[in-house]
Parts: sequence; structure tokens; C-alpha cells
Amino acid sequence: MNVRWTRLLSGFYMALIISLLFLPILVLVVFSFNDSKLNAVWMGFTTEWYGKILLNRSILESAKNSLLVAFLSTLIATAIGTLAGVAMYRYRLRAKSVLDALVYLPLVIPEIVMGISLLALFALLKIPLGLFTLVVAHVTFSVPLAIVIIRARLHGFDRSIEEAALDLGATEWQTFRHIILPRIMPGVAVSALLAFTLSIDDVIVSFFVAGPGSTTLPLKILSMVKFGVSPEINALSTVMLVMTIGIVLVAERIRLRRNQD
Amino acid sequence: MIVPFILWMLAFFVVPITLVLFVSLMSKGIYGGIDYTFTLENYLRFLDPIYLHILGKSLFISGFVTLLCLLFGYPFAYLVARSPKKYRNLLLFLVIIPFWMNSLIRTYAWIVLLRTEGVINTLLMQFGWANQPLALLYHDGAVLIGLVYTLFPFMVLPLYTSIEKLDATHLEAANDLGASPWRTFWNITLPLTFPGIVAGSLLVFMPSLGLFFIPDLMGGGKAMYIGNLIKNQFLAARDWPFGAAASVILLGLTFGFIYFYKKVSKNRPESEVL
Repeated sequence: MNVRWTRLLSGFYMALIISLLFLPILVLVVFSFNDSKLNAVWMGFTTEWYGKILLNRSILESAKNSLLVAFLSTLIATAIGTLAGVAMYRYRLRAKSVLDALVYLPLVIPEIVMGISLLALFALLKIPLGLFTLVVAHVTFSVPLAIVIIRARLHGFDRSIEEAALDLGATEWQTFRHIILPRIMPGVAVSALLAFTLSIDDVIVSFFVAGPGSTTLPLKILSMVKFGVSPEINALSTVMLVMTIGIVLVAERIRLRRNQD
Repeated sequence: MIVPFILWMLAFFVVPITLVLFVSLMSKGIYGGIDYTFTLENYLRFLDPIYLHILGKSLFISGFVTLLCLLFGYPFAYLVARSPKKYRNLLLFLVIIPFWMNSLIRTYAWIVLLRTEGVINTLLMQFGWANQPLALLYHDGAVLIGLVYTLFPFMVLPLYTSIEKLDATHLEAANDLGASPWRTFWNITLPLTFPGIVAGSLLVFMPSLGLFFIPDLMGGGKAMYIGNLIKNQFLAARDWPFGAAASVILLGLTFGFIYFYKKVSKNRPESEVL
């Protein structure tokens, strides 16, 4: 009896928390299809608001900026992060704690501090704010994440395989290409996917380093929300949420497949 | 192979942070620029009752947010970690999804619910439970809801990791030796998962101080927290040295927190979750 009650209560508690996490999002998505300008009462189904955002030039412009910045920063961050992650596992590097700090500090310091510090740097160097500064900033917060993922992937990797390859006369590059790269490939894919998500969703750092002509989607949403609630924001948010969920779903599948083998 | 990483982080992380530290020790120029003369005045301004109040209130609300996330998150993380394996991945995935979702959109979702003509008020009036719309938005309570909602997954994930790593034989031993479930929790589970608690608190407390758009959008014009203060000094007031000093205070808090985390997880590398 007691056990049954505990189980029931635990199930209820988990269901409550999960619904609290998702209910607000669900309401937002539902009202993106609502045939009314007010986000309050259901008036019937429409896809009008999705059509409206497709015709809105400034939204399309910021979508283009967001995708471009996300694509470039993902590419650079994944490359730098993969190399560094492998190096940190392979070599007994000096000043390990300093390197660790360079990986973990950017992940834990408040984003606003990273935003204003980069703004200060760009101002000092007289670099105009725009797509370039956005890419630089996004790479800076994505690289540590990529390193953490790659290192986790290499954790527990049997080094004797690598040593065997070297003993049998493989060059450093061949060993990297044929032994290490296949092993970390899923990790590289996951870090790329998550770096893309981080970039496309970033608000705070972008807020400080975007120029007037380089608004990204989240910044566009921020300025729209300041003018008040509108079904177009719901529609745009829904598009972004679907994208995030899709990417995370793929990333999780890759990660779980690795746990199985 | 490590060189590109080191160069990049030096140029775009170490140098900028040092620059902020430097700017925080400079005076404000007459036209909003930086006057390169050394001063401690930017820090001393936080002793002014107005700014002391903002700082105190920010720390208080962030502490409260952290506490709420912990109180609701610990049982949840515990139940997820102890649930049957076939559900566990699904449950975990349901926490990871909001973790990656855009925090601005998640904040906006609450504005849709809470505003005067919002979903909750409309429902309340339709059912006759309220004669006039309730003021659910634009006060500190709304900011609290927004922050807890946004940061909750950041508490749950490290907690989950540390609870999942917990060696079940310790709990069985305690049980066999006659300890009550409550005593087992208090003397075994809680101390062993303490690094997870500290890591989760770090990941909630620090971002909550910096998420300026939540007070901006949910707190109305009245709500002033350290995050908005920094943003305003850099964009509206153009008093960079003062904004930089406020940022350095945030950095100091972060370092203090990390030091504490390192201390509690020392000698127990297996319990590290960060």
C-alpha cells in the first residue's frame, strides 16, 4: 500500500513538473494558429501569421543573418574545438589547469559579462559591429562546449590502439585520420549541432555585439516583444522552437547510439 | 593542435575580460567616453544606498530563484534518476529540450499567459473567478516566475548527473544497518550529491543575475536589477567604467562560487559534474 502510494505520488510529481515546463510553450504554439490578433481566446484555425512572417522583409533579413552567423560560427568553433579536444586528450599538456579554466570559465561566467567585454574590445579596436563581430562572439562561447563534448567522447578510449597504429608505421596524420577521427566523429556532429543551436538562439551576447544592420532572429523577437504581444511573434517563436527541438532530437539520438555500443 | 584554441581564447576571452577590469578602474569622460585616470570611484558608488539596494535586491532574488529551483528540482531529479531505465531517457530528454530552447521565447510564453488581457486573466474572468484582471505581470513576482522557469533545467541536469552516479550500495548499507529513509537521505544521499547541488546552484545563480531581458520584459519599468544596470550603463547611460565595475562584481561572485565548488568536489573526482 505504502509503496503504491509513493509510486503514485512520484509519478504525479514528475508529470506536474513536466507539464509546467511544457504548458506555456504549448499555449504559445497553439495561439500561433489562432484566427485573432489577441493571444487570449481561441477563435479558429489559421496559418495567416506564418504567411505574414514570410512576407516581412526585416524578419527574413534577420533570419538570413542568423543562419549565416550560425553556419560560420559552427564551422569555426567545431574545427577549433575538435583539434583542441583531441590535443588535450593526447598530450600531457603543461599548465593543464590553465587550459581547463579556459574551457570552463566561458561556460560559467554570466553571458552579459562576455557580451560587454567583447563590446569593449571591438570598441577599442574600432571594429564596426556587424556580422563579423557576431561570428567572433558566437565562436567564443561555442568552442568550450565543443571541447567538452569531444573530450567526453574520447574518455575511456583505449590508447593502445593509437600506439599500435604508430608502431606499425602510420604517420601522425594517418593515425588521426583513421583511428581518432572515426571514434570522435559522432562527438564532432553533436558539437556542431549544439553550437548551431547556441548560435541561433543567443540573445544576450548578440545584443551587445550586433550592429544596426545585423539584427539576428532572437534580437528581432526581442524588439517585437517590447512593442507587445502579437500572433506573428508566436508564429516566429514556433518556427524557432521546432528547429531547436529537431536539432536536439538528432543530437540526442547520436549521443544515445554511442551509449549502446 | 591546441594553439588555435589558446590564441582564440586569449584574443576574445582573456583580453576582453582584462579590458573590462581595466575600464572599471578608469574615470568616466565628460561626453560618456573613458577618461584614462585611475580611480576606485566606480566601485565605491556601490556603497551609495541606491546601488547598494539594487545589488542587494539582485542577490536576494537570485538566491531565492536558486532556492526554488533546488527545492522543486531535487525531488524531480531524484525521481528521474531512480525511475525505470526505459522511461529514464525519455524523462531526461524532456528536461534537455527546454534546456536548449530559446530563453527569450520561453519568457515570451509567460507574458502571453500572465499579461492583463492574457490567457490566465481571460480564463479567470470567463469562469467568474475574478471581476477584473489581476496584475500578474510587471512586478518582482513575475520576474521570479520568469527566472525560475527559464533556469530550472540548469539545476536539474547537474543534480541528475550526481544522483545517478550515486552508488546504490551505500544506501543499501545504511538501510541494512537500520537507518530510517530520512536519515539515509540526510546522512548519505545529500552529502554525496552536494557537488551536484553546488554546480546546479552555480548554473542558476550566475545566469539569473545577467538575464537582463526577463526583468525588462516581465518586471515593467520599475524593476532594476544588476543585469539591467550593466546593460543600461553600456547602452543608455554610456557610463562604461561604472558598468564595467558592476560586471567585475559579477565576475568576482562567479570565481567565489567556482572556488567553493572545487572545494566541495575535491578528493572526489567521481562526483564532479561540471
